Amino acid sequence: MKITVNGTARETAAPTLAALLIEMDLGMAKVATALNEGFVPAPQRAATPLADGDRVEIVAPRQGG
Amino acid sequence: MPVFYETEVTSRLMLGTAQYPSPAILADAFRRSGAGIATVSVRREAGGERAGQAFWEMIRALGVHVLPNTAGCHSVREAVTTAQMARELFETNWIKLEVIGHADTLQPDPFGLVEAARILTDEGFEVFPYCTEDLVLCERLVAAGCRVLMPWGAPIGTGLGLNNIYGLRSLRAHFPDLPLVIDAGLGLPSQAAHAMELGYDAVLLNTAVARAGDPAAMAEGFARALEAGRLAFEADPMEPRDMAAPSTPVFGRAKL
Repeated sequence: MKITVNGTARETAAPTLAALLIEMDLGMAKVATALNEGFVPAPQRAATPLADGDRVEIVAPRQGG
Repeated sequence: MPVFYETEVTSRLMLGTAQYPSPAILADAFRRSGAGIATVSVRREAGGERAGQAFWEMIRALGVHVLPNTAGCHSVREAVTTAQMARELFETNWIKLEVIGHADTLQPDPFGLVEAARILTDEGFEVFPYCTEDLVLCERLVAAGCRVLMPWGAPIGTGLGLNNIYGLRSLRAHFPDLPLVIDAGLGLPSQAAHAMELGYDAVLLNTAVARAGDPAAMAEGFARALEAGRLAFEADPMEPRDMAAPSTPVFGRAKL
């Protein structure tokens, strides 16, 4: 299926948000996630299915003012 | 020292972590200034780089309180989702809430700010709203649950200092017991001292320090100015007057 990850189109077979992170080598990374503009807490990623057209955001700590 | 949501901090300086020439200089700025709070952000993580992990470990090593922001958010939804992600990443209920209303001035959107503050407070966040010095807005933010207010001195990154002294003084008078922080717009330590002289509790800086030729020295300069300004405030300054008044006694002057 085709989804958008951090604004970039991506083809994936990952059935869940957790599986997508593993596919992207971010399974153990310090990241937070949102699906279709809504926050998905880390414990819920494995139970969050992905569907064609989904928009995923993956963020990490960064410098800020 | 100021108390933010039951947490007493060790410094009146809150320092941003962006735009420094290097991580070592950033750490030096914190060390020399004694800043007690570091502001941080969340941004997209590219696959596998793990830049976030390295940054997080560096910030933790500073041993200061961490205040995540929602910088760059222009809608309530963006700000709320960003805050939720930041809470999970940084493991704190503190959030510096920015809902930007204007692209040129980066002026807060007062309507979105109040709405987002209410939602986040209901979710257990401890909100530090980046706001203007508008008294009515600040009253609404307090009604929404904010127990800190962070009015701008001037637009972010301008270094113009305190643009509305009357408004800031008025805010201090209306909220005598609420921690007030000047957030944004400061460029020089003298402006930070002025904020202290007005009775403000702290200032939040980033560009003024990070973009200085010697950021660590500038950070220390700000720290000293904050101390001087606060001492002056606590010392109960004299009232200004229009007419001259001789300081040397007139009585006993020789007739020549």
